[in-house]
Amino acid sequence: MIDYEYKRPEKLEEVFALLQEYGHRAALIAGGTDVMVKIRNTKKAPEVLISLRRLTDLSYIRKNGDYHIGALTTHRMLEQSDLVQKELTALYEGASRIGSVQVRNVATLAGNICNAAPSADTAGPLLALDAQVTLHSPDGERRVPITEFFTGTYRTARKETEVVTEIKIPAHMEQFGSAYWKQSRRKAMNLPIVGIAVSLRLDNDAVSDSRIALTVAAPTPIRAYKAEEFLSGKPMDDAVLAEAGKIAASTDCCTLRDSLRGEAWYRARIIEVYVPRMARLAAERIQNAN
Amino acid sequence: MKKISVSFTLNGDPVTAEVPATWTLLKTLREYFELTGAKEGCGVGECGACTVIVDGQAVNSCLYPIPEAEGRSVTTIEGIAEKDGTLHPIQKAFLENNGVQCGFCTSGMIMSAKALLDQNPDPTEEHIRKSIAGNFCRCTGYVQIVESIQMAAKVKE
Repeated sequence: MIDYEYKRPEKLEEVFALLQEYGHRAALIAGGTDVMVKIRNTKKAPEVLISLRRLTDLSYIRKNGDYHIGALTTHRMLEQSDLVQKELTALYEGASRIGSVQVRNVATLAGNICNAAPSADTAGPLLALDAQVTLHSPDGERRVPITEFFTGTYRTARKETEVVTEIKIPAHMEQFGSAYWKQSRRKAMNLPIVGIAVSLRLDNDAVSDSRIALTVAAPTPIRAYKAEEFLSGKPMDDAVLAEAGKIAASTDCCTLRDSLRGEAWYRARIIEVYVPRMARLAAERIQNAN
Repeated sequence: MKKISVSFTLNGDPVTAEVPATWTLLKTLREYFELTGAKEGCGVGECGACTVIVDGQAVNSCLYPIPEAEGRSVTTIEGIAEKDGTLHPIQKAFLENNGVQCGFCTSGMIMSAKALLDQNPDPTEEHIRKSIAGNFCRCTGYVQIVESIQMAAKVKE
């Protein structure tokens, strides 16, 4: 029989006190679209669920130099934000393709990355957008680059005493265009077979800086650093982009595997094809920044 | 199992449920309030048969922990017709357009459609299709369902 206590703290300090009290016997829950499914499927639950939903202060999208997104911001809020759609387009594309309206209405951005599935739809965009994860504990706050946040499949750098409070995207991303492709069999209610997020900026038609992120391409969401290095300083022509795609799909960057949703060879082909396409799309989306 | 007390607004009326904290909103609706319009299809947020509206937003009630309902406003399919029994325009449109076959998905479909039309009275077909993308219907090709929602939007204007 599944049994647990359900706590509804209203302040961060109360969450810390509960985490202190229950330690590993407790789990945090936000929108619940992963936690509730896991409890039902495994028929196992922690002793205590600590709900973050009443911390309504942590639900916001702001630009103030950097971009600040509260941990409890739902995918629906991201999907309906003009700022996100225009300036953080890859994140808009990731958030708006998760589940269904019903899921996006409750599922949160921090929940998506804390669940840390290799397929998380916001993970690729956040990697491509240089996101930083802000964690709070009674000892204070620390920032972890998203590149160091995913430590394994369903594992993160978050400590038991910590709460993710904000996702920050640095102001320099304003000069980048970005795009995310979710390869899936349907348009909704689906996990990606593979996901490709690209952000870049140009200097006289050459790629001056880029980020290429892949999901379901390794045990965690990853950056394809070798492909980024190759692109650096090169013109945006077909041959260059095709080569960047090949490098991204190679073992220099990822460890593709066969799974129920798709085979490794297929994932590699999709990465080869979509790295160039997303790079082109990202380039088109660069705002006229100065 | 220890029960908790949760007070919220259900179809316009203030209610209090005394149920285990582990129950979902769906289970509470069906087994405590005996409102069986919202269905359990998959139970894991994939099929949308359990869709209800919480504070104006469509949610999967099968994934909604009942303690979270505290202080909120919940609307189910039982709460959208008028008190005298006159059907809601979306319900009428589903009937007139044969938007219903077996009926299992219908209450979820209508609640998703209602959440959409409440926020966007003049949706495109794309908006409609996206709004019901989380509602599975295994009888139809969705065409008559989409047409029903289009008709309801016209009527509401």
